[in-house]
Amino acid sequence: MAEPIKIHTPFTEEMSKKFHIGDAVLITGEIYAARDAAHKKMCEALAKGEKLPIDWHDKMVYYLGPTPAKPGDPIGSCGPTTSGRMDAYTPTMLDQGIKGMIGKGSRSKEVIESMKKNHVTYFAAVGGAAALIAKSVKKYEVLAYPELGPEALARLTVEDFPAICVIDCEGNSLYEVNQEKYRTLKGY
Amino acid sequence: MRELDAKTITENVAQMCKEAAYYLPEDVYQALKKGRETEKSPAGQNVLDQIIKNAEIAKAEDRPYCQDTGMTIVFLELGQDLHIVGGDLEQAVNDGIAKGYTEGYLRKSVVSEPLFNRVNTQNNTPGVIYTKIVPGDKLKITVEPKGFGSENKGGVKMLVPADGVEGVKKAVMDIILHASMNPCPPTVIGVGIGGTMDKACLYSKVALTRSVDSHNPMPEYAKLEDELLDLINQTGIGPQLGGSTTCLGVNIEWGPTHIAGLPVAVTICCHACRHKTRTL
Repeated sequence: MAEPIKIHTPFTEEMSKKFHIGDAVLITGEIYAARDAAHKKMCEALAKGEKLPIDWHDKMVYYLGPTPAKPGDPIGSCGPTTSGRMDAYTPTMLDQGIKGMIGKGSRSKEVIESMKKNHVTYFAAVGGAAALIAKSVKKYEVLAYPELGPEALARLTVEDFPAICVIDCEGNSLYEVNQEKYRTLKGY
Repeated sequence: MRELDAKTITENVAQMCKEAAYYLPEDVYQALKKGRETEKSPAGQNVLDQIIKNAEIAKAEDRPYCQDTGMTIVFLELGQDLHIVGGDLEQAVNDGIAKGYTEGYLRKSVVSEPLFNRVNTQNNTPGVIYTKIVPGDKLKITVEPKGFGSENKGGVKMLVPADGVEGVKKAVMDIILHASMNPCPPTVIGVGIGGTMDKACLYSKVALTRSVDSHNPMPEYAKLEDELLDLINQTGIGPQLGGSTTCLGVNIEWGPTHIAGLPVAVTICCHACRHKTRTL
């Protein structure tokens, strides 16, 4: 594995275009946690012509619902959730100016088309490495939908948050390339 | 008749929920280390390094190793000569879940109704509780908190007898290939064969309470476990980013079924294959 590339937010279109699948990154700055319920609320707000709680322009979204913080800690365990569950909402959200997504797992054709159109890069964090990932989070602030508990929209201040580019803004997928490379299965 | 206070049940369930969330079972930890030694993909090796380090941090600092601390499945084997006093059994278990998830800083991930309102119950209850009445005067409690990244990718297939062993393999592989990298591999796979549709699903959950290096006592099923493990590790799915360590173990549980049927259920568990058992 090559040395990770350091990223400082905001994450712009110009930055997004530089990443290729397999690039390991360490993210420093602010990323924004939202998952199923917050996505649903935001898309409903947009459909009604309402303003979103935050301006998503040049921001990175992190698909996350953390455990509660123990006393003295900024956050609890905080690994990525399955990105595919957000696919139904993602093209709408990418049109709001998001340039980077962090999660885990595959994305739909519609999401990849929207990524190409909006020049968005998709990064994966290691699923299940939630206690390790928590070490890179310095601050957790709920910005909206506190009633959703772990599903609230929140801002995370991170330092060297580890991730890897799995789908670049041209639609190339590390998952597809690597699975093909290591597949020896015949007949299924 | 032996008596057991409901509060004792609550206390034990609470502790088991916390322990399950913080301490990765040793058999899974050893299987991850073994997988790291043989993993072919550099990206996969890196993922396994992070997962192993994560488990070590969680254990040392009493933290959940995954933020999805699951919906709590509880298997109870209640001795028919045991008398529960000071409260009712299911309430005692649910109180234990609420206590464990609250005191242990675990995530509350349960909504009270699935479709229209989806309001979080704020204490991870109710658990999914299965009670079996058995001979004796003890209560055996197994807690299996189940994360839903992997749960969402399971499935059931109602085969017919003519489908045979090859049909079972194909049904399992279809579910595994469809799940791909989404359920946080390396996984542990529980397979239930036989019974009715619902019973096959239950067998697949019970299968996950066995250690990853265990085998079904019946040699034919033990062989099928090894064959399925080998097939799954040939898919290239690997530890999330592609590779050779897709699965740490396949456990099959089976039971009697109808002359017309061959139900097959697959429960996929991520490497956070949590289960704790105590006998009171």
